[in-house]
Amino acid sequence: MAKAKRPLSPHLQVYTFSAAMAASIIHRITGSALAVGAIFLTWWLVALANGHAYFNEVQGYASHPVGRLVLFGLTFALMQHFASGIRHLFTDAGKLYELKTNRNTAVATFVFAAVMTVVIWIAAYKVMGAF
Amino acid sequence: MTDFNNPLAKVRGLGSAKQGSAAWLTHRITAIANVPLVIFFVVSFVGNAGKGHAEWVAWLKQPLVSVLLILFIANFTHHMRAGLKEVVEDYIQSHGTKFTVNLLITFVCVLIAGLSIFSVLRIAFGG
Repeated sequence: MAKAKRPLSPHLQVYTFSAAMAASIIHRITGSALAVGAIFLTWWLVALANGHAYFNEVQGYASHPVGRLVLFGLTFALMQHFASGIRHLFTDAGKLYELKTNRNTAVATFVFAAVMTVVIWIAAYKVMGAF
Repeated sequence: MTDFNNPLAKVRGLGSAKQGSAAWLTHRITAIANVPLVIFFVVSFVGNAGKGHAEWVAWLKQPLVSVLLILFIANFTHHMRAGLKEVVEDYIQSHGTKFTVNLLITFVCVLIAGLSIFSVLRIAFGG
C-alpha cells in the first residue's frame, strides 16, 4: 500500500496576521513554555523536600536577574495561556465566533496577561518588602 | 453505515481509533479544573514570595495546601501531556518521530508528576 498522505493542520507560515491567529499560535507557544516551567517547579519542589541548603541554592538561581527574567516570562505565559484557555472553552461551546467579538476577546487575552503579570510582580515585590 | 476501511488499515492508524472524543474531553476537563488550581498556585506563591525554607515547609505542611498542590500537579501534568501531544500530532509528519516524541512526552509528564508529588508528600509527612 502506498504511504498514506494524511491531512495535517495548516502550518504557521500560511496565516496572515490577525489577533485570533496570534492568540491561537501563542496559546500553543505559551503552553509549551509552561511545560518547561513545570520542570522548574519540579526542581523547586525537590529542592524544598531536600533541605534548606539545596533549597537556598535553587532560590539563589531563581533570584538571579536571569532567573527572575525567566520567571517573569513564565508568569506572562501562564496568564496568557490561562486567559486564552478560557476563551478556547467558549469557542469550543460554539460562542465568540462573531468577528468583532472574536477579535476583541483575542486582544483581551494579551491585555489581561500583560496587566496580570505586572500586578503579580508588583504584589510579589511588595510581599518581599521591596517597597 | 458501511465501513469501507479494512482491518489492516485501521490498526495502522489510518482509521479512527475511536478515542478522539475521550482525549478531547480530558483536555477540556483538565483545563476547567486548572482554573481554580492556577489561581490557588499564583496567590500562594505571591503570598509566600521571598520566604525561607522553614516558612515554605510550614506552609506546604498544611493538609489543604498539600492536597491542592498534589491535585494541581496531577491535573496540569495530565493537561500538559494532552496539549503537547496535540501539537506533535499536528506538526510532526513522520509516524516514527511522532511515536517517539509522544512516548517521550508521556514519560516526562509522568516523571514530573512522580517527582513533584513525592516531594510534596515527603514534606507533608516528614518530621
